[in-house]
Amino acid sequence: MRRHLLSVDDLSRADIERILGRAESFAEVSGREIKKVPTLRGRTVINLFYEASTRTSSSFELAAKRLSADFVSVKSSGSAVEKGESLKDTAQTLSAYDPAAIVIRSPQAGAAALVARWTRASVINAGDGKHEHPTQALLDLYTLRRRAGSLDGLRIWIVGDVLHSRVARSNILAFTRMGCEVTVCGPPTLIPREIEALDCEVRYTLDELGEADAVYALRMQRERMTGSFVPSLREYAAQYQIDGRRLGPGQLLMHPGPVNRGVELAAEVIDSPQALITEQVESGVVVRMAVLYELLAGGGAPSAARVPAEAEEPQPA
Amino acid sequence: MTPIPTSDNGSHARPGTQLDRVAAPPATILLCGARLLDPRAGIDQKADLLVRQGRIAEVGDELAPPDGAELVDAGGLHAFPGFVDPHVHLRTPGREDEEDIDSGTRAAAAGGFCAILAQPNTDPAVDSAPVLRSLRERARAEARIPTGFLAAITVSRRGEQLTEMAELAAVGAVGFTDDGSPVASAGVLRQALQYQRLAGRPLVLHAEDPSLSGHGVMHEGAMSALLGLTGIPSAAESTMVARDCALAAYEDGFIHVQHISARESVDAIERAKAVGTKVTCEVSPHHLLLTDEAVRSLHSNMKMNPPLRSEDDRRALIEGLRSGTIDCVATDHAPHAREEKEEPFELAPMGVTGLETAFAALHTGLVLPGVIDLGILVGRMTAGGEPFGVPAPSLAPGSPANVCLADLDADWDVGEAGYESRSTNCAFDGRRLTGRVRMTIADGAVAYRERSFALGAVA
Repeated sequence: MRRHLLSVDDLSRADIERILGRAESFAEVSGREIKKVPTLRGRTVINLFYEASTRTSSSFELAAKRLSADFVSVKSSGSAVEKGESLKDTAQTLSAYDPAAIVIRSPQAGAAALVARWTRASVINAGDGKHEHPTQALLDLYTLRRRAGSLDGLRIWIVGDVLHSRVARSNILAFTRMGCEVTVCGPPTLIPREIEALDCEVRYTLDELGEADAVYALRMQRERMTGSFVPSLREYAAQYQIDGRRLGPGQLLMHPGPVNRGVELAAEVIDSPQALITEQVESGVVVRMAVLYELLAGGGAPSAARVPAEAEEPQPA
Repeated sequence: MTPIPTSDNGSHARPGTQLDRVAAPPATILLCGARLLDPRAGIDQKADLLVRQGRIAEVGDELAPPDGAELVDAGGLHAFPGFVDPHVHLRTPGREDEEDIDSGTRAAAAGGFCAILAQPNTDPAVDSAPVLRSLRERARAEARIPTGFLAAITVSRRGEQLTEMAELAAVGAVGFTDDGSPVASAGVLRQALQYQRLAGRPLVLHAEDPSLSGHGVMHEGAMSALLGLTGIPSAAESTMVARDCALAAYEDGFIHVQHISARESVDAIERAKAVGTKVTCEVSPHHLLLTDEAVRSLHSNMKMNPPLRSEDDRRALIEGLRSGTIDCVATDHAPHAREEKEEPFELAPMGVTGLETAFAALHTGLVLPGVIDLGILVGRMTAGGEPFGVPAPSLAPGSPANVCLADLDADWDVGEAGYESRSTNCAFDGRRLTGRVRMTIADGAVAYRERSFALGAVA
């Protein structure tokens, strides 16, 4: 069993199947009145967030608490980070509390991998710069599989600012690993050169969007809307917005949130039954429970004292 | 102070180049039974080499040692002319915690170098005669091997106003460069080339179009797409190399292009040389041996400017070195403090150290697999001073003694026994290399002896 989750590339197809399967069983628990299981009782999970986050940080907190772990949240504002503490010193300081896992979100690529070098805890990458966001990719796989039944052979279009998107990178890796065919589409200024090396097709218009089984729209960050990347917000929306005319019947729609209504998505598609956006958020908790379980309680199972035998499979507390 | 006469082959610089080092007694040493290799002098034989009073006195079999000579058993070792590195960052003044003249020249001597040229991107920059004078004074007190200093082309390296190049040249600047930054304005570079007719030293150019490189941190290609890092396109360098060559040709100036990394840059240099433009250029060991694949680790020791490029670029650099389109090897030895290099890749500063590993890494990566002939490597590693009027060292009798004695069979792990440099950000840290410098003689004096080898030497 691996110790860290730093990149989707760390996961085989079998690893992913196992995590998604465990998330299914946690979803069953989440349907009950008492949503807690004792799996991580007495162990500590630390969130270390250097960037603003609503979904990722709150869903990791809920996931840790539903597994009965002690949970501490450290944000860069209001912490020693603001006083200029280096990543290394912060990582070593938090490690001194002997956490089972550190969940890190950073504006820099490779930050999670660095922390993994400096700590005995399991490290989970909750987004490192424009590099990767593996738990987002896992929850997207989970959500899509639930709706579509199977991922094999699904055609997926990822539309928007691929250049600046860690979600795009992790999802290209994850979707292709599960047998999907991925196409990326966006303004040529926002598609990385040689992205084809990741086994995806590249399109610059939505003309052939009809071939997609699922459309994954990316968030267009406000600071990219002006300046040299796209001439104007208006032109971007005219060329790339997914609206009721472009989204065909039967095509599913996903988005990592938060949505810019009227920019990458028109209001009518956000609220349509084809949209999985709310389900993606729901999936966040159970998939992150499954990831914590995988790293801290799965396979190379720690001592029986820490993981009661009855907790090998999720049980209501 | 060691006045070095101008070489008459390949140099466009005027005489008067001055390198400094600590006064050292001239050596009298007999190297017994080394394999001597100096392609320029046509020497390739197993023989004894006698250094008397700091000069190469004699090459031959079974030479008799003069009275008081040190005898060195060099059986199984190779003796080359000492290497010359035209691109070293000594971080002095300003960042003596990263490197100083003593530690930097010790690192150079440990790598077999007998002369180095230091870059002026210090704090303050070397952009006025008083700064240059004080540096030269420190070099006379600290430098283990002859050390030359370049001065900035523009004040504070801002790319706007020319420095007092004539006075700086008179005080001993070996060349002019804004290294670390390009001279972005073509107009300013043109003025510098015009003014070169008065100042007379080479203009040494860091070729990078900042509007193309932007905030890039690695080569733009499949690896940057995978890692989500902002890329620096090859064209950021090659378009600037072409521009610089065109301006040099127009003003009939002479330029030396630093650390080229891209195939298109090699092509641009080749075209410029073909039409008679007075241009020379250098390449670093890391660009000859590593590619952007090494950045996958996101290790900050793989971060430098220009960045590690594609395998195709690397092949073009090797071919350019072999053909002579690329004139010399330069380490771009760039020490950085440990805490700065321990930051995530995007925040870590650009630059790696390389003086202590340059020869061993190239020997291991290019000579042993048969990619490049040992003689060509030695030729390119000894040629770094020529664009600046510093002649290539020679083993020919009568020359000042500049010798690198190396064991080409010795394996060693980089960094295992520490570094002579004050910094540890070596691109080859942790790698096993084959080929170890045992002793360096620089301008007639012993500058370095490897510890184990010093024990084995016969007094």
